[in-house]
Amino acid sequence: MKEKLEAIKADALSKIEKAKDLDSLNDIKVAILGKKGELTAVLKGMKEVPPEERPAVGQMVNEARTAIEEKLEAEKTKIARMLRTEKMKRETIDVTLPGRKNIRGHRHPNQIALEDLERVFIGMGYEVVEGPEVEYDKYNFELLNIPANHPAKDEQDTFYINKEILLRTQTSPVQARIMEQGKLPIRIISAGRVFRSDEVDATHSPSFHQVEGLVIDKNITMADLKGTLAQFAKEFFGEKTKVKFRPHHFPFTEPSAEVDITCFKCGGKGCRMCKGSGWIEILGCGMVHPHVLDMCGIDSKEYQGFAFGIGLERVTLLKYEIDDMRLLYENDVRFLNQF
Amino acid sequence: MNTPISWIKAYVPDLDVDVQEFVDGMTLSGSHVEGYEKKDKNLEKIVVGKIESIEKHPDADKLVVCQVDIGTETIQIVTGAKNVKEGDSIPVVLDGGKIAAAHGDDTEYPEGIKIKKGKLRGVESNGMMCGIEELGSSRDFYPEAPEDGVYVFLPDSGVKPGDDAVKALGLDDTVVEYEITSNRVDCFSMIGMAREAAVTFDKPFYPPVVEVNGNNKDVNDFIKVSVEDNKLCSRYCARVVENIKIGPSPKWMQDRLKAMGIRSINNLVDITNYIMEEYGQPMHAYDLDTIAKNEIIVKRAKDGDTFVTLDGQERKMDSGVLMICDGEKEVGIAGIMGGENSMITDDVKTVLFEAACFDGTNIRLASRRVGLRTDASAKFEKGLDPNTALEAINRACQLVEEMNCGDVVGGVVDVYPNPVVPKVLPFEPERYNHLLGTDISREDMLSYFRKLDFVYNEADDVLTIPTFRQDIGCAADLAEEVARFYGYDNIPVSLPKGEATVGKKPFNQRVEDVAREICERNGFSGGMTYSFESPKVFDKLLLSEDAPEREAIVISNPLGEDFSIMRTVSLNGMLTSLATNYNRRNKTARLYELGNIYIPHELPLTELPDEKMRMTLGMYGEGDFFTMKGVVEEIFEKLGLAKQVDCEPANDITYLHPGRQARLYKGKLEIGIIGQVHPEVCDNYDMKTEAYIAVLNMDVLTMLASFDRKYEGIARFPASTRDLSMVMDKNIFVGQIEHIIIKNAGKILESCELFDVYEGEQVGEGKKSVAFSLIFRAKDRNLESTEVDKAVEKVLDALKKLGVELRG
Repeated sequence: MKEKLEAIKADALSKIEKAKDLDSLNDIKVAILGKKGELTAVLKGMKEVPPEERPAVGQMVNEARTAIEEKLEAEKTKIARMLRTEKMKRETIDVTLPGRKNIRGHRHPNQIALEDLERVFIGMGYEVVEGPEVEYDKYNFELLNIPANHPAKDEQDTFYINKEILLRTQTSPVQARIMEQGKLPIRIISAGRVFRSDEVDATHSPSFHQVEGLVIDKNITMADLKGTLAQFAKEFFGEKTKVKFRPHHFPFTEPSAEVDITCFKCGGKGCRMCKGSGWIEILGCGMVHPHVLDMCGIDSKEYQGFAFGIGLERVTLLKYEIDDMRLLYENDVRFLNQF
Repeated sequence: MNTPISWIKAYVPDLDVDVQEFVDGMTLSGSHVEGYEKKDKNLEKIVVGKIESIEKHPDADKLVVCQVDIGTETIQIVTGAKNVKEGDSIPVVLDGGKIAAAHGDDTEYPEGIKIKKGKLRGVESNGMMCGIEELGSSRDFYPEAPEDGVYVFLPDSGVKPGDDAVKALGLDDTVVEYEITSNRVDCFSMIGMAREAAVTFDKPFYPPVVEVNGNNKDVNDFIKVSVEDNKLCSRYCARVVENIKIGPSPKWMQDRLKAMGIRSINNLVDITNYIMEEYGQPMHAYDLDTIAKNEIIVKRAKDGDTFVTLDGQERKMDSGVLMICDGEKEVGIAGIMGGENSMITDDVKTVLFEAACFDGTNIRLASRRVGLRTDASAKFEKGLDPNTALEAINRACQLVEEMNCGDVVGGVVDVYPNPVVPKVLPFEPERYNHLLGTDISREDMLSYFRKLDFVYNEADDVLTIPTFRQDIGCAADLAEEVARFYGYDNIPVSLPKGEATVGKKPFNQRVEDVAREICERNGFSGGMTYSFESPKVFDKLLLSEDAPEREAIVISNPLGEDFSIMRTVSLNGMLTSLATNYNRRNKTARLYELGNIYIPHELPLTELPDEKMRMTLGMYGEGDFFTMKGVVEEIFEKLGLAKQVDCEPANDITYLHPGRQARLYKGKLEIGIIGQVHPEVCDNYDMKTEAYIAVLNMDVLTMLASFDRKYEGIARFPASTRDLSMVMDKNIFVGQIEHIIIKNAGKILESCELFDVYEGEQVGEGKKSVAFSLIFRAKDRNLESTEVDKAVEKVLDALKKLGVELRG
């Protein structure tokens, strides 16, 4: 009996060893452990074994069964792994093939620049506001200290609808509108289309965008203006950007300044982009003129503040090194796809 | 405004900075330097030579060999110039030197041309004699130079061999160009700029000391002046010079004018030009013998008058134009140009000088109407200080005496009924510091003001502002003066303090951002087009003659008809952009634009129009109507309007395909339109492809949109699916079926998706088959199949009324 069991076990283990696939393993399992299997047959022949030997034989049978089952399981895992390895070998791909792309649209570069800009100011507590593009002369000029017959009205070459209504030449009328509402303190930016009677060429467009900023409170100083714009320049153009304030003149601010930043292409060494100067002019700003405050109903003895205006297209062209403004309005997808 | 540095130094002799320091300093104090030109940038090693002898070249007929004394030695130079003779002094560029241009050659040499010694036809030449063009100038400024040949110094020029020839010719100068802002009228003059330079570099300023002797006659015996319109002519100064001796002006004056690009004419003309540059005050000179009745009257022209200006042109006047008249006739357009009839000629004997102050705005508008803008009118336009006029005319007379070109008659006629008095402003150092965020001492402030000629009165603690500084009117202006000379650079840097504010975007912009995001996810790129367009657009879009869209705002001074109306439909820009892409052979294009249309309440405009934000989507190439519809639906879904927008078939939108267009509604509110572009419209835009568009009314969508969401749980009970395959009349819209299903299936309907539409033989003529998949689910229990059956039955009953039948 014992020999028989040993033989069955040895035979089974060797067969398992030689099995090449899962099917033959299964066959072996059935042939040995199945209902009509050899080991099952041994168990069935137990009644012929003397009772006193039965526990020992039973144990032997179980041991043989366990050994076979374990071997079967181990072999099964081995074969499965082998099969998977082979399968994966067949599944090898050329990973250097190009990635699959979804058709995706692209944001207009001007819009990207605007959002970058707005993000900086929203982070500093500015509220984004809007104003009309077709505007009253009153807001576009008069309340901004540009009375009738002021040469600035010529300089800006305004599109008029009639004597009182025009296409705004700047986003500054939003300043006047916000101040007139009288809710203080004020900390806003406003972006939008503005219009000037310039013929279309590589650097001019009769329609373009400005971003206007206005801060009014009791103790806002020119130092705050400098700090704010320096902060903006760093966030927007890069940590190393330096700013330079040059005195200038705008009718609605006093003192006024134009702001240059270190050329972000050459870092200030001088290159073609900055025409060798190392500096690029990016915006105009100043302390809101007391007349403007008073005209808009804010007491200039109590309140003061600053305003700035950025030409968005200019920033976009500089930032992306676009050499012709007309590209922004053509909407050629080969252009837009680059942003 | 341009200034030669040499001229500035005439008033600020201690100025000792180099060109770069000068331009940087001026820019930072407010006179923005746009550029500068070193007149001698390409001139090197050029000296005065004296020709000692000239001999024929042994091997060339057209060349001569000269021995030239250059001070330190005598060198041999071979030249082809015909105009030189022994004893002439000429500019010579030595071996290794540089000249600016080549003889008889228009090419520009940005780096100049190097000159080396060499042999000309076998004879050694150790330098080159220069013509005026080779020195970078022209006969315009050196009329004594020959038309063709070497420049020869005039005998009285006082040059000697070895002198720096560039200096001798006055070419050793730098001309700086500034962008002067319109408020700084005083800076459009040499004296104004010199004053700025003096303060900027903290050097003493020496303006001209004006003294006129005059003879013992009285100007009032020569001329009488009356001004009829004191508003348009606030001051009129006149002086007379007799025994005029016309001749060349001195070299120093010619050099200064040359540096400004002004050609020397004669002493008299040069003086008026010089005064205009020096003081920024235009002057005019009349031949007094042409002035009838020795009388000047300043008055408005009459409508329809004509007048011949000194350029020989006849010009039309109107009553807004101020004229200078004599006792009989008009002799000049005030501040713009004199008349031919009183022009100075070479045999003039007595001259009447005029220095006046005319109203800037009136000059600007008049010069535009007359169609004549002159150097003088450009100055007057800015609005001059009347107090400059007297000093300027006296300075002119001083120069007349110094240059000995006539006898100045004693006395001045000065019609100045309402003199401009200096403004007096309180001195408020704390206020300036509070505005600037600085801590500048009052002493420092006072020192800046003193240099600017603002006079401080300690007793009253006030500043008196000179009248030439018309831009100074309040504390903020004074703060700016302080800041300019303290240095904008030195103002500290801080961030605003005070009450905190919340940074945010308005809701409509959040809605726009979401729409943008979805468009881009679906392959649409952001575009940008103009707000104004041509009225022809309406025809291109096939709009009927009485279409409300044709009620558009018209720009009164457009760039041209193509940009003359404010758009009332957003489509033209989009279609033009699609066409651009199509005609550039881009296979497929998908674009969107967010921009306003402008709807007037009434025309002509009496109040601001409604500006309505439109999102316009356009595409051609890959995709069809339903591609577009999918994008639009995704936008609605993200805005919290999933399944709430109806797509109602339409056929009356003229620019869309009549069988492929729809209006989008939420209830009764129109949200937009969608459709295929009408083939004829495609033709009008030169696009031979199918194109699709959608226009969303962002104003309405903003009103409807909501980003509020509530978690509804994840379904825990199983769903029960029923597919309904139905046959119906071809004309029934799938949307109708969907509506009926949703309306009748009850709360347990979770979703209902179309999965097939079929037309063909199997369903019969005029019929179609439509298949929906309905998913039922309850949130709180397993659904009984009877319950689902009941719901389906109810749906089918409702559909039956439309003649819809289940497919067998």
